[in-house]
Amino acid sequence: MRAPSTPTVHDRAAPADDVLTIAGRTLRSRLLLGTGGFSSLELMAAAIAASGSELVTVALRRIDPAARGSLVDVLSAAGVELLPNTAGCYTARDAILTARLAREAFATDWVKLEVIGDEDTLLPDAAELLRAAEELVDDGFVVLPYTTDDPILARRLVDIGCAAVMPLGSPIGSGMGIRNPYNISLIREAVDVPVVLDAGIGTASDAALAMELGADAVMAASAIARAQDPVRMAGAMRHAVQAGRLARTAGRIPRRTYATASTPEEGLPDFGPA
Amino acid sequence: MISLNGEDADLEPGETVAAVLERLGLSTDARGVAVAVDGEVVPRAGWETCALAAGAHVEVLTAMQGG
Repeated sequence: MRAPSTPTVHDRAAPADDVLTIAGRTLRSRLLLGTGGFSSLELMAAAIAASGSELVTVALRRIDPAARGSLVDVLSAAGVELLPNTAGCYTARDAILTARLAREAFATDWVKLEVIGDEDTLLPDAAELLRAAEELVDDGFVVLPYTTDDPILARRLVDIGCAAVMPLGSPIGSGMGIRNPYNISLIREAVDVPVVLDAGIGTASDAALAMELGADAVMAASAIARAQDPVRMAGAMRHAVQAGRLARTAGRIPRRTYATASTPEEGLPDFGPA
Repeated sequence: MISLNGEDADLEPGETVAAVLERLGLSTDARGVAVAVDGEVVPRAGWETCALAAGAHVEVLTAMQGG
């Protein structure tokens, strides 16, 4: 029988103390989930369970008195924390107001800050984003800005007090993966807050790559919700994030142009002339 | 004329935010609801007392699925 103090293989593969901390909140799962795009609340709840996520985003929209089923109730039953977003805001003013309304609605001062530049690319408007982030930080919010993959902008956002940065891999919903992996690595080096790779994830390998590049967490929305089997993809993302995290912390071998034999040459027999 | 979520509402000046919510079938302790009047947040504590002026733009918002 194994002594209780001896780590098992399983423990070493997924250490329980490898937690993500954002603004003092501890998360065991490094996968954040978007709730948009699911065809039903039941499917969303099943995908959340399969993903293991503890933090999910919600948007704020005009109430539909005829709507059936309360999203807030379903998410509450799922045992996850809400991260309100400011999706659809094109100006700092609208994003700030939306964040303040979300604080009222959900009793949280956390906000995933999105200030979008145009509807074709849905890329962040850097100038408006900085303005909104600064005002919301001053107003006591825990701000997690959706940003471009620009290390300088990420540093500026952290300098003004953002609790994390959420750089994109590629445009929202594009499924194009991480188009500039070097910038994600540079962002990891540039800031001392959690980096959450957001937007562009298409499949599990994208999520694993994000973690291998040094992201502290991954946010997935469309990649799961619009997969043919969202629950199965949620499970795939969960494993991919864990695998990528393990690979990052394990330390990969350097890339080389030429082969390096893994079998020693010493002791190689000499079979004589052919 | 008072607008509620972008549509002309059959609301009289002087009605409170709480009365508007009641018409939507919402109580003042409804979870996940927020109200803005003319671009300003009306905190929950002010719903019973905030009276609407003529021409007010009222937005009643709640959680929606989103990335």
